[in-house]
Amino acid sequence: MQYLLLIYGNESAMLAASKETAGQMLAAYAAYTEAIKKAGVYVGSNRLRPTSDATSVRISNDKTKVLNGPYAETKEQLGGYYMIDVPDLDAALSWASRCPGASHGTIEVRPVWTM
Amino acid sequence: MSRENGDAARATAEAVARRSYGKLVAFLAARTRNVAAAEDALSDAFAAALADWPVNGIPAQPEAWLMTTARRRTIDAGRRRRVREDAADDLKVMTEELQAMEKMSGDVPDDRLALMFACAHPAIDPTVRAPLILQTILGFDAATIASAFLVAPATMGQRLVRAKNKIKQAGIPFRVPERAELSERLDSVLEAIYAAFTEGWSDPAGTEVRRRNLAEEGIWLGRLIASLLPDEPEALGLLALMLFAEARRGARRDPRGDYVPLAEQDTTLWDTGLIEEAEALLFRASTEDSIGRYQLEAAIQSAHVVRRTKGRADWAAIEHLYDALSAITHSPVVAINRAIAIAETQGPAAGLAALDALAVDHRLREYQPYWAARAGLLAQTEHVDDADLAYERAIGLESDPAVRRFLQERRSRIRR
Repeated sequence: MQYLLLIYGNESAMLAASKETAGQMLAAYAAYTEAIKKAGVYVGSNRLRPTSDATSVRISNDKTKVLNGPYAETKEQLGGYYMIDVPDLDAALSWASRCPGASHGTIEVRPVWTM
Repeated sequence: MSRENGDAARATAEAVARRSYGKLVAFLAARTRNVAAAEDALSDAFAAALADWPVNGIPAQPEAWLMTTARRRTIDAGRRRRVREDAADDLKVMTEELQAMEKMSGDVPDDRLALMFACAHPAIDPTVRAPLILQTILGFDAATIASAFLVAPATMGQRLVRAKNKIKQAGIPFRVPERAELSERLDSVLEAIYAAFTEGWSDPAGTEVRRRNLAEEGIWLGRLIASLLPDEPEALGLLALMLFAEARRGARRDPRGDYVPLAEQDTTLWDTGLIEEAEALLFRASTEDSIGRYQLEAAIQSAHVVRRTKGRADWAAIEHLYDALSAITHSPVVAINRAIAIAETQGPAAGLAALDALAVDHRLREYQPYWAARAGLLAQTEHVDDADLAYERAIGLESDPAVRRFLQERRSRIRR
């Protein structure tokens, strides 16, 4: 089954982190990505630019409204994702718990809707 | 079809249903994780058995017959629908299984534990874990479960459907967890087993076969868990608790079928073998040095059972144990029992004061034991009118006729 691991964290804290801390974090993510690939469960992943670079679109009364900013103002923001292919939820949860983001924020695990 | 054949077939089908329902659901759902489909297929298979067995005779391996029929029906139903890709995968898995099963000797493998742990998975809403185990392992219908858990039947039905969907759609595995995560997952499994046991236990006369079997099924599940996890003190504690209770089954009614409260039971009617087994389990649990709810409750039973040899229960110990239990569970029911223990150690007025302190909890207004305890203590302290009113409330809230008669008899004694 394919699962999307959504990485939520406090992005302003991340952006304010020292160069050293940020470097450690990037190295941790690199190692994590490598481990997922070695395990043969990697489908894809990306880091997202901060919510200040986000633009939201909505159509109301037949008018397209473009809004500056993310869909919702939240305490923790979506900062990236991994897509993995594993046998079951326990396997997905165990990968989620290894994600460096799990110790700073929250990883939401969502099964992909098979069409 | 002769009447006799029909009755025998029905009895066999019911016996298999009672003994094997959970095993059949677990096996049918283990690979596809589709619990609802397994249940549907199984209920079709039982209907087919009732039509087929009286005509063609009861098969040599009724369990395997039901399993094969259930599986074939799922596959046929799947083919009739224009299946999507994921369902097609399920069909492939099931067809392979069916072929493998036809070569099997007839013994259906026991995946019940794996199913129980799937139902108690942390990804499942905590309030529905126990009901889900009761439904999938023991075949309870939503209405029965709802009444045991004090929830509206429609609400319970919805929660169960949602939970089964989650197992399927989120890919919750059917597997006994690794040691590291076992004990936290175990709590909700034990809770469900105990809920099953108490549901059966509430029919002390054993007039309803299905409910009596629930207590047995609860003990059976308890033994299974205790044998699989011999180092888990709470698993041992739960089994001990259930055995202590079961040991007193025969003493809970007098020969006329009237209710006999624990303190007045004839101790010679208690089952010594079960009590000794329970004491041994409790001792073994205590060597693990990790106290918990079930060990405390079993220890309370043990302190009651002391009456067998010493003529009086160890009420001081009972009060202390209820203190400890109350700190863990924060349950109003535990608090009522604690008040009863206080009445024994410090007198009825102290017990009554402890009960008064609980009256703020609105749940207790519709809880029979609260009013019965209150009535008893009010009667002892000569509050005749209040005692009478409290007995009236207790009687009005009781569903068991024998207990109702007992309360009515106590009520009539007040003014003598």
